[in-house]
Amino acid sequence: MRDILKIGGQEISSRLFLGTGKFSSNRLIPQVVEASGAQVVTVALRRVDLDYEEENIAAYVPKDCILMPNTSGARNAGEAVRIARLARAAGCGNWIKIEVISDNRYLLPDNYETIKATEILAAEGFVVLPYMSPDLMVAKKLAEVGAAAVMPLGAPIGSNRGLKTKELIKILIEEIALPIIVDAGIGRPSEAAEAMEMGAAAVLVNTAVATAGDPVVMASAFGLAVRAGRIACLAGPGETLDYARSSSPLTGFLRD
Amino acid sequence: MSFYGELQRYENFDFELFFKQVTDAGIKRIIAQHRLNERDYLALLSPRAENFLEEMAQKAHRLTVQHFGRVIFLFTPMYLANYCVNQCVYCGFQVHNRLERKKLSPAEVEKEAKIIAATGLKHILILTGESRQESPVSYIRDCVEVLKKYFTSVSIEIYPLEEDEYAELIAAGVDGLTMYQEVYNEEVYAELHPGGPKRNYRFRLDAPERACRAGVRTVNVGALLGLHDWRSEAFFTGLHADYLQKNFTDVEVSISPPRMRPHLGGFQPRVEVSDQNLVQYLLAFRLFMPRGGITVSTRERAELRDHLVRLGATKMSAGSCTAVGGRSDQESTGQFEISDERNVVEMADMLYSVGYQPVYKDWQSF
Repeated sequence: MRDILKIGGQEISSRLFLGTGKFSSNRLIPQVVEASGAQVVTVALRRVDLDYEEENIAAYVPKDCILMPNTSGARNAGEAVRIARLARAAGCGNWIKIEVISDNRYLLPDNYETIKATEILAAEGFVVLPYMSPDLMVAKKLAEVGAAAVMPLGAPIGSNRGLKTKELIKILIEEIALPIIVDAGIGRPSEAAEAMEMGAAAVLVNTAVATAGDPVVMASAFGLAVRAGRIACLAGPGETLDYARSSSPLTGFLRD
Repeated sequence: MSFYGELQRYENFDFELFFKQVTDAGIKRIIAQHRLNERDYLALLSPRAENFLEEMAQKAHRLTVQHFGRVIFLFTPMYLANYCVNQCVYCGFQVHNRLERKKLSPAEVEKEAKIIAATGLKHILILTGESRQESPVSYIRDCVEVLKKYFTSVSIEIYPLEEDEYAELIAAGVDGLTMYQEVYNEEVYAELHPGGPKRNYRFRLDAPERACRAGVRTVNVGALLGLHDWRSEAFFTGLHADYLQKNFTDVEVSISPPRMRPHLGGFQPRVEVSDQNLVQYLLAFRLFMPRGGITVSTRERAELRDHLVRLGATKMSAGSCTAVGGRSDQESTGQFEISDERNVVEMADMLYSVGYQPVYKDWQSF
């Protein structure tokens, strides 16, 4: 079965996107990417050091992956835009994940500034994937200003708490024509599978892999879970019921 | 707005009485909590909490890995000048100490910068003694202009400035501020700062807020441990960090727990702060502020720093030198003696050996 996700004109066969922060060594990144099967890998431009190959995190992303720089550290739209432009000028391509965070206690995204940055960068030809708090009106606005996908959080970044915003993400999946990529909060492969079963186009995982006992094996588990969840979604999960369906229906006598 | 108001709430607070009322059950409950209030934090700084260091360490380690990953940010200090007009009784640079006073020229700054940049570090902390005449804001700005060619992040640890002066340096490329209050206890502060502009307790205390209002990205505060009772000083440092984080949500807030080191002048610490005390402070802070940064300098010896990697530290200095131009001029006298003399490569090797990654670049002014 050919099941391709298309974003910004690129065909992507793996629906697991990977983050590269928090690893105990950059040298783990190629192994993690390979084990997971991921094709889209995000790196924080704040960590990219073009002068120092040995410690340059971007150098560890396999060449056949789509490198998606992110604007981690941006506190407003202006900073996010400058980071994006710098990333493109530095040869990181034209994909950009917008992260605008002005709250260091919870690391929740600033939706308003995110919309502003998305609008500016989409107009400049970037493939913009904004990280956002799941809100239908904001997602609609992001689509309107040119986002290539929408990336709602499942729970606060790094919390590994899972799909706490499940009901809101479901609404985005139902109402927004763009791919919905669940970003942040997913802590276990089962949660990634659940997001995919719900109809998410992809999930982005970082902390859950980077802080696992064995990141490479965990990456593999996430790869399998995302595939399983996607296949289940395509198969069309059966209806869920609040009560058991009796094999002796109460109205059966009408047909006897 | 001022943190001073927060401190005044504790003006007549009886720390001894509070600590006597802390129970084992209370500490266990606090360790298990998701979120700690300031009294919980103080309880974890109590003598009784010393019996629960392992439990605190386990949680502190988990929280640090969750929020920061297995990485340690590396940076190094560069002393630009050691002219000082203050009389701080504990400092090697104080005005009455006889040492060669020096100020780096822009060319000398560049020479030092090249030596440091060759190690791969991208974050630098520049320091001066407190002399507005010898190292005015314009001089610091000129140095920042030079350093921006070699480093992606420049922080300052200089005398307290006015808000517009911070804005001027931020516009030039400064993104971080370190400001040690030295002593939060106002009476002890007065005793230890007998002369010079540093006697102005409030002006120093409010400096981080002025810098935050001016738009600085990171701020690092701390008390110099050894000058007064460490438990209350650690408490007020944590409250200060928490206050800044609450009021300036877009600023990354860190603390440093510097302990007094030998220096020219020979002031003896008034209070001994043991390794165990230091560890308790860091663990309590981590549980209180899970996303707060913790900077551990080369004042601490190598063996202890190696252990602190897993106990909440997030940022460490490496290849340090406390003398003005000390990397190119081995004869200079430093502000204090450093304990961990490992260079950047040795620090990186150590971090990798314990399963952590050194991070040389974590920000870039755009």
